[in-house]
Amino acid sequence: MTTTSLTRSRGAGPAGDKVFSGATLAAGCLILAVLFGVALFLVIQAIPALVAPGAEIQGGAGFFAYIWPIVIGTLIAALIALVIATPISIGVALFISHFAPRRLASGLGYVIDLLAAIPSVVYGAWGAAFLAKEISPAYNWLASNMGWLPIFQGPASATGKTILTAGIVLAVMVLPIITSLTREIFLQTPKLHEEAALALGATRWEMIKMTVLPFGRPGIISAVMLGLGRALGETMAVALVLSSGALTASLIQSGNQTIAAEIALNFPEASGLKVSTLIAAGLVLFLITLAVNIVARWIISRHKEFSGAN
Amino acid sequence: MSKRIDVKDLNVYYSKFLAVEDVSINIEAKSVTAFIGPSGCGKSTFLRTLNRMHEVIPGARVEGEVLLDGDNLYGAGVDPVTVRSQIGMVFQRPNPFPTMSIRDNVLAGVKLNNQKMSKGEADALVERSLRGANLWNEVKDRLQKPGSGLSGGQQQRLCIARAIAVEPQVILMDEPCSALDPISTLAIEDLINDLKDQYTVVIVTHNMQQAARVSDRTAFFNIAGTGKPGKLIEVGDTHTIFSNPTQKATEDYVSGRFG
Repeated sequence: MTTTSLTRSRGAGPAGDKVFSGATLAAGCLILAVLFGVALFLVIQAIPALVAPGAEIQGGAGFFAYIWPIVIGTLIAALIALVIATPISIGVALFISHFAPRRLASGLGYVIDLLAAIPSVVYGAWGAAFLAKEISPAYNWLASNMGWLPIFQGPASATGKTILTAGIVLAVMVLPIITSLTREIFLQTPKLHEEAALALGATRWEMIKMTVLPFGRPGIISAVMLGLGRALGETMAVALVLSSGALTASLIQSGNQTIAAEIALNFPEASGLKVSTLIAAGLVLFLITLAVNIVARWIISRHKEFSGAN
Repeated sequence: MSKRIDVKDLNVYYSKFLAVEDVSINIEAKSVTAFIGPSGCGKSTFLRTLNRMHEVIPGARVEGEVLLDGDNLYGAGVDPVTVRSQIGMVFQRPNPFPTMSIRDNVLAGVKLNNQKMSKGEADALVERSLRGANLWNEVKDRLQKPGSGLSGGQQQRLCIARAIAVEPQVILMDEPCSALDPISTLAIEDLINDLKDQYTVVIVTHNMQQAARVSDRTAFFNIAGTGKPGKLIEVGDTHTIFSNPTQKATEDYVSGRFG
């Protein structure tokens, strides 16, 4: 009787397993450590600004009065970007995955990926030097024809360097992210389900509504959230495009500011309490992004039963 | 509400490759016709041309005529979408829509036709279709649950319910039992027997006993070798094909003497 077949193992065997699992564990811990370290740094550095008497903070009315207008400004810019970019991205992704001839599709996908590789400062320069000028007649038109809406209240900015322009530039920047992610998701729709829809007498668009979009729903949400993350944190483009100022409802006047641009523009000359204030603003941005991600996860998990993963 | 299909001199191509050559066959209304033959002989490909589902595959095209009660499916101006709503299909692997409930799965095809339907009518249709697919008693208490939570055999019957809910003229089945266990297979076979009272059924199967059990007529397809087109060798009453075929190849295949 022999037991070798059960006890012997080849080569590195269990030792290799241990090394590999140790390496993955270390990588996982490192991520947590970095995240924790950043959060800790932000909190410690921000405390002076949070506890300082209101009069000493920029604006003289305390940290909260300082931060909330730029929080709103950040959210407005990101929202404009998503409202513009999401439908276009999904449309482009669907065109590439389900409508375009194969050769055109791969070329188009490549171009979209290239868009994501353009540095944000280039987008910022384009937005400030070209788009703002070209778009200001449209703002004049909006002010005179739709000025009764608070968001289009005149007089429109003569330079065109408004939060709407910044939002449009941001939209162009998040477009490739959402497009390439959703395209990958759409391509993964099981052929089986697409054929089931077609065999029931669905047109191409009905097939997409029945199978591709519901199947890709969690992926679409994740892609939009990643785009939102970029739009919230984008610094250079906004700093270059937006002629910032106090919070205003009108999107076509100069004014408003985002957190990231506020930090970037003021950090070089800041010292003492001002540095703490800016880091506290960074902490707030961090928390907003965290909240956005938690909400996204929650939305995705709500429909798990029907996700198609089972 | 069932129609006959007459196929005349049909060739099926994948781009330049001739996959199925010169098939002519008459499929009777309100009967079950089985397609048998070795793997790769083109029987599934041919089945798909009966409701133009082959067009989903890039480069696939046909020459010849497929007449549904005299109307050519490949005539000018014929919309494949309309063809498919008249000729339903059940696939090899059960494919209920995972993002829909059982109820919505059954109604999926009907909703496409933009028919405004009251909740009462919809409920009645769901029950009628699920009863027609012998599934009602098993799922009536969980119609709002996802269809993907059912067993494989139940999912396949859900797919049949979904197909008959749109009241097609013909139901095509592409090896509907190949992914199922024997008990679920028996349930589907019983169902096929019931379906032929109302529908024309065409079934592709690898299982000769199944063809013998469920079909009225059997068509045998064969292929001369890899790279050669599949051909229809012989078609006739199932009993004749299995007991007294005219072609040697058919006899070899149904008696199991075939490679």
